[in-house]
Amino acid sequence: MTFPILSVITFLPFAAGMLMLMMPASRKNEVRAVALASAVLDLLLSGWVYLQYLLNNLTGYQFIEKYSWINVFPINIELHFGVDGMSAPLVLLTGIVMFTGVLISWGDDNPHVMAGIQDRPREFFAFLFLLAGGVFGVFVSLDLFMLFFFYEIAVFPMYLLIAIWGWAKTREYAAMKLTLYLFVGSVVALVGALAMYWVQYQATGVLSFDMLQMEKAGFSAEFQIIWFLPVFLGFAVLGGIWPFHNWSPDGHVAAPTAVSMFHAGVLMKLGAFAALRVGVMLLPEGAKYWSWLIMAFAGIAVVYGAYIAFVQTDLKYMIGFSSVSHMGLVMLGISTLNETGLLGAGVQMFSHGVMTALFFAVTGMIYDRSHTRMIPELGGMAKIMPFATIGFIIGGLVSMGMPGFSGFVAEFPIFMGVWQEQWLVAVIASISIIITAAYIMINIRKVFFAPIPETLEGHVGDVTALDKVAIVTLCLCMIAIGVFPSVMVPMVETGVTYIMTLLGGA
Amino acid sequence: MFTTETFASILPEILILTIGLLVLIIEPFWKDEQKRNAGWLTAGGLLIAVAISLLFARPGAPVETLGGMIRFDWLGFFLKMLFMFAAAATALLMMDHEQAGKRGESYLMLLASLIGMNLMASSADLVMLYLSIETASIPLYILSGFLVNDERSTEAGFKYLLYGAISSTVMLYGFSLLFGFSGATDLYEIAAALTSGGTPLLAFGVVTLIVVGLGFKISAVPFHFWAPDVYQGAPTPVAGYLSTASKAAGFAVILRLFFIAFPEFSQSWTVILAVFAAASMTVGNLLALPQTNIKRLLAYSSISHAGYALIGVIAFSQLGAASVVFYLTAYIATNLLAFGIVMAFSRITGLEEITDYAGLSRRNPLLGLMMLAAFLSLAGMPPFGGFVAKVFVFAAGVQANYTWLVVVGIINSIIGVYYYLNVLKFVYLYRLPGEDEEKRPVPLTQPYMIALAVLALGVIILGTLFGPFYAWSNAGALNLF
Repeated sequence: MTFPILSVITFLPFAAGMLMLMMPASRKNEVRAVALASAVLDLLLSGWVYLQYLLNNLTGYQFIEKYSWINVFPINIELHFGVDGMSAPLVLLTGIVMFTGVLISWGDDNPHVMAGIQDRPREFFAFLFLLAGGVFGVFVSLDLFMLFFFYEIAVFPMYLLIAIWGWAKTREYAAMKLTLYLFVGSVVALVGALAMYWVQYQATGVLSFDMLQMEKAGFSAEFQIIWFLPVFLGFAVLGGIWPFHNWSPDGHVAAPTAVSMFHAGVLMKLGAFAALRVGVMLLPEGAKYWSWLIMAFAGIAVVYGAYIAFVQTDLKYMIGFSSVSHMGLVMLGISTLNETGLLGAGVQMFSHGVMTALFFAVTGMIYDRSHTRMIPELGGMAKIMPFATIGFIIGGLVSMGMPGFSGFVAEFPIFMGVWQEQWLVAVIASISIIITAAYIMINIRKVFFAPIPETLEGHVGDVTALDKVAIVTLCLCMIAIGVFPSVMVPMVETGVTYIMTLLGGA
Repeated sequence: MFTTETFASILPEILILTIGLLVLIIEPFWKDEQKRNAGWLTAGGLLIAVAISLLFARPGAPVETLGGMIRFDWLGFFLKMLFMFAAAATALLMMDHEQAGKRGESYLMLLASLIGMNLMASSADLVMLYLSIETASIPLYILSGFLVNDERSTEAGFKYLLYGAISSTVMLYGFSLLFGFSGATDLYEIAAALTSGGTPLLAFGVVTLIVVGLGFKISAVPFHFWAPDVYQGAPTPVAGYLSTASKAAGFAVILRLFFIAFPEFSQSWTVILAVFAAASMTVGNLLALPQTNIKRLLAYSSISHAGYALIGVIAFSQLGAASVVFYLTAYIATNLLAFGIVMAFSRITGLEEITDYAGLSRRNPLLGLMMLAAFLSLAGMPPFGGFVAKVFVFAAGVQANYTWLVVVGIINSIIGVYYYLNVLKFVYLYRLPGEDEEKRPVPLTQPYMIALAVLALGVIILGTLFGPFYAWSNAGALNLF
């Protein structure tokens, strides 16, 4: 028997969370050490999986683990894990965000520096890790029931994390709104999943939530057309698709830094990934039928998100809406249902995850030290925290889709793919690139290079060493993919090829 | 006539009776401050009884014993073990109740009602069924009004008695009509007699009369009016017991009666029950929203949970029955945990309003975490038992083409998430005025620690390693077909 690496990756955060909860609340530093140790371990393991997949030129689902969870007629649930070219980058992404998130939240017992998490770090890290475990679980699950199980586990800790450690002004409202939106989406999709389970049983006599099995179930076109929208949109709510994106900027803003990173960096990918995995891959006929609608929603999200981001004066709201815009690009790529577009969507999920995590990290560092996020009140951060400035600029370049960074590698194929399907949408969506460039550059100038306002003079300090490690880690990922697309593109391509066979010929 | 199987079929009840007699004999010799030890005796005795029953009284193929009064099968056995477990937890939670805990009578009443519930789960005859329902109910009327100096409690006891008496007479009327039409009291003979004829309209009437009585036991809308007042007034552990074991026993009777005696009329009773289920979920959840008292909130939530569980009955399939039994298992553990926490909290603080829970996660982090587990499980979130249970009943509903009912259930789960999270907001987010929570701890005594820890563990196990529990539920469900 081989080493069950995916199970270890998934269940390690749960175990670490339990361990932390059993430690005395006063041992804050020991709790942080446990959190960091398990985050590093998970990062290494997910990196190992990624490299194995990449270096050995693997294709299809690998690292498969399959255990029967329950098999009592008529319920058959399996713990079935595996990664392919689509999900392996996302597993790595989760590892990266988990690692950097722990670094950012480390906390400082010096009351003058309000960085990180001071209040009850034990509970914070435990809930954060519960969330991380759920996210890993969704990315590696090949069993539909297990996917839902982990999906819901990833949703509810968000409520606590935002409501307890979030921004006092809006946290209660934002946390409840987010939870209800996501819960509605997931239960609607759940009904679709149950319907698939029974219809498959009637058609083929196979009782299984196994998605590899369900792909062969041969659902009728009518069934697929009816259920595609509930299932796809149910998950896409978490992907921030317009017009169900409303929870997302509020949630981003209210959340503490590490949770914003997780939320925008990983959780929104969870929605897009599940929508692709369950919606498009299990109901391909439905996807073909409705792709125009998804494309329209996504197109609106791209332009609308960018425009709203442009007019924000709160730095965190700006990034929140830019996430809506960039996730719109992912959805746009998925809606093309062609090879190029899906490839772009796959890379964009990773690229945007790293980029937005970096953005939120830097914003959090600025806010912790200056106690404001209002762009007009900020200025001159380049002198105070040069390291964070460089990070933000690199993130900005990625966001604009500059060649040499991961954003270009991701966005170029998306637009290519959309052009093949519907050139008009590509033209309209490309407006967002200009708007994005405008707000990114304007804000970099104001926040980092304008003269320091008197209110901030003197008492704002530089970022900590841990923060720098986090920034470097995130930046390196984006540059690496930008300069050497071959570290990710061929891998995502294998995943796309598989999706294309499900869609009926490449 | 008296074979080993006869003996095995009522061995749990014999053991419970023995414990009751032991309590009755030993208790007068104890000094007042020792009398709470009757709780240890009851809980410990029940766990031993569970162990003995598991070892020596497991059912094989279903048989009828005692002249057809008792059906000895897995469904009854599994539920019996569940009720005994719930009663043991309740006994532990009662120990440190100021008035109820120091009186041997309270434990005796608990055990007496447990015998009734056990028989409810295994009777296969109308006469036995009615007797067992009364045996289960009368001690609970007394327990609800146990705090004689408390107006609320006496009101609760009296209210419960009146409602109970009325609904049980209506049900008895239904039973007598049923006997008149079929000429039999044995459920299987009734089923055989009813296949040969009988107008649907008649069935409709009889079923409605019976549903009144059973709807009262499971506190389904529109027979739910007693629940909030009784839960609020009764001693908290008793309220927990009422909302879990007593409700589950009601479901056991529903399953047996409707699946075995009325399969011919499934067209009519599924419709009646579907209406009640939809009403229970909706009314229960909507009325839970404005509640400020935690016990009343839990009462309305328990009304809505009766609705969810009814979906499994309405599905009228093997999966449906198994999902109901599993739902009851998860619900017993979860709701007992919730009531146990309420009991532990109000014992120290004397408070029962939701706002009083502010800062609980700082006053006692462990209690806060357990409350998190209980309420998220009630809301139907993984990795807790409530999630799996809900998925199973919904799956049964979709399979039986009751998709509209499942959609009602889903809308209601969303409402549920809102008010359950609202409570957790007080526990985790809000603080006491003065923010001195560390100086105002909420300590737990030993019985609470044991009972709550076991229940919390159970809630998590039922949500993750649910395989064996579902398999047992399914073994029970198979006995109905």
